[in-house]
Amino acid sequence: MPPDHQPGQPHHASDGHTHGHHDGLPDDTAWAFGAPGTRALRVGIGGPVGSGKTALVAALCRLLANEISTVVVTNDIFTTEDAEALRRMAVLADDRIAPVETGACPHTAIRDDISANLDAVEQLEALHAPVDLTIIESGGDNLTAIFSRALVDRQVFVIDVAGGDKVPRKGGPGVTTADLLVINKTDLAPLVHADLGVMDRDAKVRRGTLPICFTSLVEPDGAVAVAAWLREQLASWRASASER
Amino acid sequence: MGAGLATLLLLADSRFPTGAHAHSAGIEAAHGRGDVRTLADLADFLDGRLATVGPTEAAFVAAACAQPDERPELDRELEIRTPSPRLRGVSRSLGRQLLLAAGIVGPTLAIVDLRALHPDGPMQPVALGAVAAAAGLTPEQAALCSLHHLVGAVTTGAVRLIGLDPFDVQALAAGLAPTLDRLAADAAATALDHPADLPAGTSLLNDILAEHHATWEVRLFAS
Repeated sequence: MPPDHQPGQPHHASDGHTHGHHDGLPDDTAWAFGAPGTRALRVGIGGPVGSGKTALVAALCRLLANEISTVVVTNDIFTTEDAEALRRMAVLADDRIAPVETGACPHTAIRDDISANLDAVEQLEALHAPVDLTIIESGGDNLTAIFSRALVDRQVFVIDVAGGDKVPRKGGPGVTTADLLVINKTDLAPLVHADLGVMDRDAKVRRGTLPICFTSLVEPDGAVAVAAWLREQLASWRASASER
Repeated sequence: MGAGLATLLLLADSRFPTGAHAHSAGIEAAHGRGDVRTLADLADFLDGRLATVGPTEAAFVAAACAQPDERPELDRELEIRTPSPRLRGVSRSLGRQLLLAAGIVGPTLAIVDLRALHPDGPMQPVALGAVAAAAGLTPEQAALCSLHHLVGAVTTGAVRLIGLDPFDVQALAAGLAPTLDRLAADAAATALDHPADLPAGTSLLNDILAEHHATWEVRLFAS
């Protein structure tokens, strides 16, 4: 392991540390590790199929892209559909969105084997340097999915009211430990007999003081609160750089 | 037991994070065409891979392990043996990702000069041979690792796509062990040959299907 490796920090290749010579050949791009705040803030957005991850990414891009240099990596289980949907919505320039195909296991690509995502992130960040915010949208998955801390600096877990108001109580690493829990589709609560108060109470039991955000992304300003949280995260990320 | 056996197991383990889990080594394309539906079909498919692409790639892995100076030429020669642009792209992305993973795992595995070999990264077998050499493995061990990955990708893909009995599928893989050992020894025997003289077994249908597969609207695997 390289001597300057900081466990728990996302990997980063582009700040040219060298680690001598291996295999008799010059080692000019040894994988070094970006210090907090010195590169784009990488934010993972995970959650079950249909909970509104792509809608959230699109809404965040609309709210933030004019003020923050943003790129997006999508993870699709079957296709490049999510990337194409974002491109159709024209929330970002096409070349700021890159799809990763995850081969039947979306959680593997964000947790156990992040190499394809890391590769895509680094290519996008290099192509559009300097990037402020990199969003990595997971493929739709189950409640056990969580992003590797080597891939993202912050993670958002999106569940939806129509999935049932028991989901927060069921917990799982996303619901319990994500830096922000988004409970989407509040507009559907009366139709599916879901009790938002129960969801809020159970989520707080699972999460302690970690923040929870109720959204209805079909509303024009549905993602404003999430965007505000992201701005705060970006500010603290940059502050952590200036403290070093 | 051979030296470096634990390292070989590490590199051979499908949990070693190189992004290979997203690929089926052609089984999804063949299944979609209706060619692979039963365990017997799967056995035939594996026989085909182990008569063509398997030994070719194993030979390049062994040579890339044994001949560091020839890696650029090996990369070029292997590219020539891979008619499908899609599969060349897949191989280079897997080669790039293997170098990324290996470089993080340990400085001795950081064969980073290979990244400059091609703008999209080295062909995966060239990268694997280089990483294996840096890890102190022999060309034969490196070739065996490559063949093991091929069988693993195909069998895992078949279990996920077709729902074949996983025990039967593993029994099939176990039955291939002597073949894999023999092919790895063959690859080691040519490890010091000139790159142009290495095997050139390809399966054209597989290359054509890979191009077709890349256009599917819905697919489980990237290749």
